[in-house]
Amino acid sequence: MLKMTGAEIVAELLLEQGVDTVFGYPGGTALNLYDALYKYQGKIRHILTAHEQGAAHAADGYARATGKVGVVMATSGPGACNLVTGIATAFMDSIPLVAITANVADDLIGRDAFQEIYITGVTLPITKHNFFVNKIEDLPHVIRQAFKIAQSGRKGPVLVDITKDVTGLSAPFEHKAPYTIAELPKVDQEALMEIAQIINKAKQPIVYYGGGVAASDGGPALRELLKKADMPGAYTIMAAGVLDYEDKRNLGLIGMHGNVAANKTVDQADLILALGTRFSDRVAQNMKKFGSKATIVQVDIDSSEINKNVIVDKSIVCDVKDFLEKVLPLIEERERTAWFEKIGKWDENAYKPVDDSSCLKPHQLIGKICSMTREDAIYVTDVGQHQMWAAQFIKHINPKSFLTSGGLGTMGFGYGAAIGAQVAWPEKQVIHITGDGSFHMNMNEASTAVTNNLPVISVIFNNKVLGMVYQWQTAFYGKRYSATTVERKTDYVKVAEGFGAKGFRAETLAEFEVVFAKALKEQGPVWIECLIDKEERVLPMIPNGGTVDDMILG
Amino acid sequence: MTLKKEVISILVDNQSNVLSRISSLIGRRGFNIDTITASATQDPDITRITIGFTGNEQSLSQILTQTAKLEIVREIFVLDPSESVFRELLLMKLKADKSDRGAIREIVDIYRAKIIDLSKDSMIIELTGAPEKIDGFMKMLDCYEMVEFCRTGVTGIHRGVREYTRFED
Repeated sequence: MLKMTGAEIVAELLLEQGVDTVFGYPGGTALNLYDALYKYQGKIRHILTAHEQGAAHAADGYARATGKVGVVMATSGPGACNLVTGIATAFMDSIPLVAITANVADDLIGRDAFQEIYITGVTLPITKHNFFVNKIEDLPHVIRQAFKIAQSGRKGPVLVDITKDVTGLSAPFEHKAPYTIAELPKVDQEALMEIAQIINKAKQPIVYYGGGVAASDGGPALRELLKKADMPGAYTIMAAGVLDYEDKRNLGLIGMHGNVAANKTVDQADLILALGTRFSDRVAQNMKKFGSKATIVQVDIDSSEINKNVIVDKSIVCDVKDFLEKVLPLIEERERTAWFEKIGKWDENAYKPVDDSSCLKPHQLIGKICSMTREDAIYVTDVGQHQMWAAQFIKHINPKSFLTSGGLGTMGFGYGAAIGAQVAWPEKQVIHITGDGSFHMNMNEASTAVTNNLPVISVIFNNKVLGMVYQWQTAFYGKRYSATTVERKTDYVKVAEGFGAKGFRAETLAEFEVVFAKALKEQGPVWIECLIDKEERVLPMIPNGGTVDDMILG
Repeated sequence: MTLKKEVISILVDNQSNVLSRISSLIGRRGFNIDTITASATQDPDITRITIGFTGNEQSLSQILTQTAKLEIVREIFVLDPSESVFRELLLMKLKADKSDRGAIREIVDIYRAKIIDLSKDSMIIELTGAPEKIDGFMKMLDCYEMVEFCRTGVTGIHRGVREYTRFED
């Protein structure tokens, strides 16, 4: 049998899994791994980032945009530590990711060697599972298993930590097919019938759906269900794009910054069908009052999500798409006209931001971006006000096209993730919508975009404050602006040019239109600084612990 | 919701740091556990972890489903008290001079405990039994001055023959 080094075995195993792109950063203990990548450079493309955090977000963005497993590599110690925020981001949003880290040689483990860190311990609570490999014979099984775990059931990140000596030793290696992904739990027939009955009997039902529908590609089946049962749906930020924004039954975003009709409908519903969603505190802000008039039915692939945050009346543990396809034939065709009339009335109270051509209004800016990009554009955000505006105002039409850190809320996620998405889809337009706060965290990844000719367009909403925290300080902390009125003098145009990117600036919508049109023609990355008034608010807003009755509209 | 004491048995892969995976989960999910023990089983690849837990129905269901998600967990189940036996070991050091010894020994005999060490002014008592029995024993002796004690935490096993399914990768 062919003998190979551990590092070459890693490369072969990646190829076996169909991996052709990895993101990462080399280092001392990763020398063997990177030596193998040098040898395999025709088959595996390695994207070097500016910082390991950027690499982790890039692998995550790649996974979100493709549905495939993202792969990130880093050296031991600081390299591995710098992945932590990225891994945690993927964990909170159930994104399949395999992180491969090198560690010091086995005989140095536990001795506080140079750049040694117990990364399996560090990442224990933020991975689905992790492995420490200090025997070369374990390597093939572990990596195959890592890919299997990342993709099985509720997806998530897996870390494999390999000692340097293992990557250098030689051992026989034999190819195998990737392990089959664990079988999904079967839909319980009895529960299915019962749930179908509950849906059929409901007068005022709503589907509240989340990332699980996106992960299971359940969008088309969900659209059918809403149509057949004539019921509305409202989504969490993780499910933006699963249904078309123009679908009249798709009420929009739910939760803290969700729209009036979506939140009111959930509040007044007699049935909430929760699909692939976890009643997070940004949606079920008051866990006791959430859907208090409704029978709540929960469908989720993860049994630990049932009754975790909100106690439900009926549940079924299975893949959401599988559930939808099986429940559809049991659903009676209905016309719930009265219910939609009520919802229509609530929708009349929707928050309507006012246009203004003398300055840049967030809703107009995003509207302009959408009207100028192609239908298959991918939008990537950072975290804060701009993220909520993007969730609210982008005309979402495609799944896997709105990449955002929903659960962890990671500022600095966007640039790396946008790079990952652009690497995955070189032909698509990737628009990185960010704020001046988030952008300052990881703008160094411009170097990655420049080197790799990635035409990511970063639209920087610059209001010169850390807007979301500033908004809360305005509303709830007596305008005591502690550490949010940043006095940065960053010249974005110059900095962009310094990185080798293009930089533009816009103060009005007309100016933006001109520079965005130029940006769309560029072959490399572009930054567009957009000046936003610091008093712009994300509205509507339900304060912490509140319900739709506490909604702030202006 | 009412609080109940439960004993949970978890069969996990016998690997390094399985205990930290379980205890990390318990810590980060905020579960309130009373005891945790780990021991070998008849299968060298499997370790048994036994958790004593006080909680309501929801927290019990959470601890079961969250733990079951860990890759190292092969099986997890609640030990039903009517079908299981539970045992715990107590070591207790009491201040006791000549005048106390007789009375203490009487209680020790009734509970079938053992005096395993004796000095002029103290003694160490060993008792094995169900946790409630140990609670009762300690209560009986609480009029004496306790120097220190330790309890191993509960371990338990199903009565009769019970097969467990092995999850293969």
